[in-house]
Amino acid sequence: MNPALAALQSAWRRPRGRTGAILLLLIATSAVLGPWFLPDPLAQPDILAGSLPPGLGHPFGTDQLNRDILARVVAGARVSLSVALLAVGLSATIGAAVGLVSGYWGGLVDTGLMRLVDGALAIPRLFILLLTLAVWERIPLLALILLIGATGWFATSRLVRAEVLRIREEAYVRAAEALGARRRHVILRHLLPNTLGPLLVAATLGVGDVILLEAGLSFLGLGVQPPTPSWGSMVLESREVLVSAPWAGIFPGLAIVITVLSANLLGDAMRDATDPRSA
Amino acid sequence: MVGRELGIWLVRRTGQAAAALIIALTILFFLMRAAPGDPLSRLSEARPLSPQEVAALRARYGLDQPLGTQFLAFATGLVHGDLGVSIEYGRPVTALLAERLPATLLLGGSVLLLNFTVGLWLGVRQAVHQNRREDRWLTALSLIGYATPSFWLGLVLAWLVGIKLRLLPAAGMQDPLLSLDAGLLTRAADILRHLVLPAITLSVVSIAATMRYQRTAMLEVLTLPFITTARAKGVPERDVTWRHAWRNALFPVITLFGLWLPILVTGSVFVEAVFAWPGLGSLAATAVGGRDYPLLMGASLLIAVLVVTGGLVTDVAYALLDPRVRLA
Repeated sequence: MNPALAALQSAWRRPRGRTGAILLLLIATSAVLGPWFLPDPLAQPDILAGSLPPGLGHPFGTDQLNRDILARVVAGARVSLSVALLAVGLSATIGAAVGLVSGYWGGLVDTGLMRLVDGALAIPRLFILLLTLAVWERIPLLALILLIGATGWFATSRLVRAEVLRIREEAYVRAAEALGARRRHVILRHLLPNTLGPLLVAATLGVGDVILLEAGLSFLGLGVQPPTPSWGSMVLESREVLVSAPWAGIFPGLAIVITVLSANLLGDAMRDATDPRSA
Repeated sequence: MVGRELGIWLVRRTGQAAAALIIALTILFFLMRAAPGDPLSRLSEARPLSPQEVAALRARYGLDQPLGTQFLAFATGLVHGDLGVSIEYGRPVTALLAERLPATLLLGGSVLLLNFTVGLWLGVRQAVHQNRREDRWLTALSLIGYATPSFWLGLVLAWLVGIKLRLLPAAGMQDPLLSLDAGLLTRAADILRHLVLPAITLSVVSIAATMRYQRTAMLEVLTLPFITTARAKGVPERDVTWRHAWRNALFPVITLFGLWLPILVTGSVFVEAVFAWPGLGSLAATAVGGRDYPLLMGASLLIAVLVVTGGLVTDVAYALLDPRVRLA
């Protein structure tokens, strides 16, 4: 069976994995369906009313512009989840490609690529992003996703390379080579499927990291740009009303914690399932 | 390990670290210069600049030179300890970094201290009480801690402890109203009070990682035969835990030090910005706001150096302390 599917299935059998998966499904469902049931977060019915505390009409209260915070948190979930999924998908793809090439080709290509990864890993991801993002006055969402994705593959490529080194001497790979299979065939048919399990685990854990990263960047004013609501920029905006309306920052923050926690729970469970040593 | 082998390994590992650093510096330089946009755009926001003024400024900061020449000038300056002039502050970057370093070291040092005491202790307790209620609670707490954004936790603590309860100061490193002739002890106590909230905020994430690591390392050791032997001999459980098991479960945790540095540095940008702690992190946050490239670059360089040296020191310490380690 597909190793990635197998990892998901055995994660589902663990209480941790099931909790994480169910929570993530709930968050994703409300992110997709929420906007039909909630007021438009961009609508500002009564600016003069100011921040309202959590109550019947607005379960999470309203912010200083009297926008419903629940609606904004749900809209923020859409943004955060799509940024995270797309960026992680990109990182996993680049990481897998580099790892496969590096591990299977070996030699100078391998040395060159891995030295590059060593160097890139010396700079914390946040700082690479700060340096590249600071040139934009207002970064387009797609560019943000591409940049976050393009800076997240270094560790993944190492992981995939290690897997390739482990399996490339296995009999079935040697047999394929002896039968005259092309490198592309060996990589795509034999090596890639066997690295999918660890790759999926890394990607799931990467989702939590990227959500935190995007929230942090938005908190610094460099990530998702207003009026598009994002959890990080909501916390940033709430700083102005920290004393008078603390709920404006507390709820988006809780949304970050719960989402990252669920992704990590699922990722942990999958790792435990695929790697018995770490359990 | 034989001394000679260790020597060769040391040289090789140091060479690797140096190569990583050089590549990191090159990546940083090209990231900064290849990016779209103009470093001077921020300056022209204050008032419109004439083309002559722009040309003069570009010449002053060397932005009119070809990329290769710029890189050479940058590398030469680096060797001489010159990181250029901050656009925002108009002062040498090295001076600014040196000014802000002590506050960051104080904060980072306190966080490491908390890690090495609270984090390790909690991890050992978890392993000893594996799968019992205490372990479950602590595991849940560390998972939540790991998922909490530090900027948000900082704001919540500043609001709750600093503003609502008025227990501790919520911003800065010193009380600006403290009289100038206050004694050394009063000053130290004042700084300590300001340190509590940022240190706790920044510790939460790294302690979560430490606990987890220590728990796993400890569980592995606790299954080994010599632990059973110790128990059979009638060694008190407390001594089994701390004298027999923990000593052997400490070494793997040392490798965490290399992992902590990037986490701490990243976290300190947010925590220092939230608490207005006058360190490197808040300097970097200001540099981002002001699009101050030389400063941002200088801070990133310093951090790359710290991360690479941290990794090297960790590996060497591990190799020297634990002769069983097979060196790759």
